[in-house]
Amino acid sequence: MPDIKTIGVAGSGTMGSGIAIVAARAGFRTVIYDTSQEALTRARGQTEAFFQKSVERGRLKPEELPVVMRNLTGTTSLADLGVCDLVIEAVFESLAVKHALFADLNKVCPPHTVFASNTSTLSITEIAGGSGRPDRFVGMHFCLPAQLMKLVEMSAGLVTSAATFEAAWRACEAMGQRPVRTRDQPGFILNAFLVPFNNDAIRLVESGVAEPAEIDKAIKGGMGYAMGPCELLDLIGLDTQILLCEALYGVTHDPRAACPPLVRRMVAAGHLGRKTGRGFYRYQGGAMFGA
Amino acid sequence: MSTMHYQVMINGISRSFPGEHRLLAEATVDGDVVLLLGTRAGQLLPSLARREMRRAILVELGTECLGVHTGERWALEGSNVVGFARFRLGDAEPSDLVELVVQPASAPAALEAAKALFEGAGLKTAVCRDFPGRILDRLLRPFFNATLNRLDQGLASADDMDLTLRLGLGYPEGTLALLERTGLAAHAEISQALYAALGDPGFVPARRAQVAKARAHR
Repeated sequence: MPDIKTIGVAGSGTMGSGIAIVAARAGFRTVIYDTSQEALTRARGQTEAFFQKSVERGRLKPEELPVVMRNLTGTTSLADLGVCDLVIEAVFESLAVKHALFADLNKVCPPHTVFASNTSTLSITEIAGGSGRPDRFVGMHFCLPAQLMKLVEMSAGLVTSAATFEAAWRACEAMGQRPVRTRDQPGFILNAFLVPFNNDAIRLVESGVAEPAEIDKAIKGGMGYAMGPCELLDLIGLDTQILLCEALYGVTHDPRAACPPLVRRMVAAGHLGRKTGRGFYRYQGGAMFGA
Repeated sequence: MSTMHYQVMINGISRSFPGEHRLLAEATVDGDVVLLLGTRAGQLLPSLARREMRRAILVELGTECLGVHTGERWALEGSNVVGFARFRLGDAEPSDLVELVVQPASAPAALEAAKALFEGAGLKTAVCRDFPGRILDRLLRPFFNATLNRLDQGLASADDMDLTLRLGLGYPEGTLALLERTGLAAHAEISQALYAALGDPGFVPARRAQVAKARAHR
């Protein structure tokens, strides 16, 4: 399997943009694809602003800024990903959407191109099954925000070849990331633990054991965690928690992964977390109020 | 804390304050706040003098509910008695976090006194109602069991699982290393007690914890 030199990223949302930053910063020729030119333009602006901040903070030399920006090109034509050795998909968490994308990619990419999915909850084997090249398919789950978080959960599907996994692993390390190997199981490591844990915290609120702020204080004070589960849920978004629960519970039927009714009531009330100014806490500007 | 006069009474070994601590050193011979410490702290309650006159009586709890010591009636129970436990995992030193346990009709002044006493001694507090496991054991034990079970199932290596939790969630220490350091057998004991109290299968001690407990009792 040839060395990976050019990386494609499908999807220019928060995750896709972050992955593209990681690849371009590490010196890879990086092509980011989206169906929307507007989304690409916004992503490029955010990327440039991010690198500008990196220069101001001394993490990137001023002369490196134009170089990393030149590494990065955007396109609305899927065919432009045909030059890539590795394509990382970061689109909506829907098996049908991902299957359609990979089926099209399979037509434009050469046989050696490795496909990777950034899915956090779906099965790598199942996504690979619709890619036309399941032996050259891996899971590469970056953490949000990808440009700041080093961790990447990497999974092989049932028919992923060893050479494919090794090539993707090497590319991940060459991007400056820290890969960990996990089985192709729902939620991999992070979400398999985090989604039920956060649900358990919500159930403590539901059953009147403690208020959200007290739960957060207990976890931070007792365990030294940087954030309490209720603060974290507000950051993730309660609507996103529902999607994560549905994806995880739908496959595992683990009662702890089932979405607590309180979350659905909060979402119905528009209390999605930070993004709507109210979740378990109330927010005004950058400040957080009460519980 | 210097303005608060409080008395400490001890009955059994205290998991919250096993050694020297500022809170113990600054206690007075009498006071309107009483701190009952030890595994049998609650047994001191019935014979405590001027019980109703005290601003707060703070009873150290193990895995039991505060209601075991105060009695309960129609969800109207509550008085100047507040339960507490300093969170501690197995053999590790107690954390700085004190869980304060209140009942439906607990006196607000008693809770405020408890907060002032512990926070004045440099500790942090979190308030919860009187349920088995309070906040931390209730949240953490199923998580610990799930981690141990996933290790058995081969989800990832122990190192990779811990690294994922540290890098991905910012935990100061991976869960497996934490359990190894503080004692799997102790986890099994607490988790088993909560399973008996709550009946939730998430509290069934993981196989590795059961093995550690069996070996500890050989």
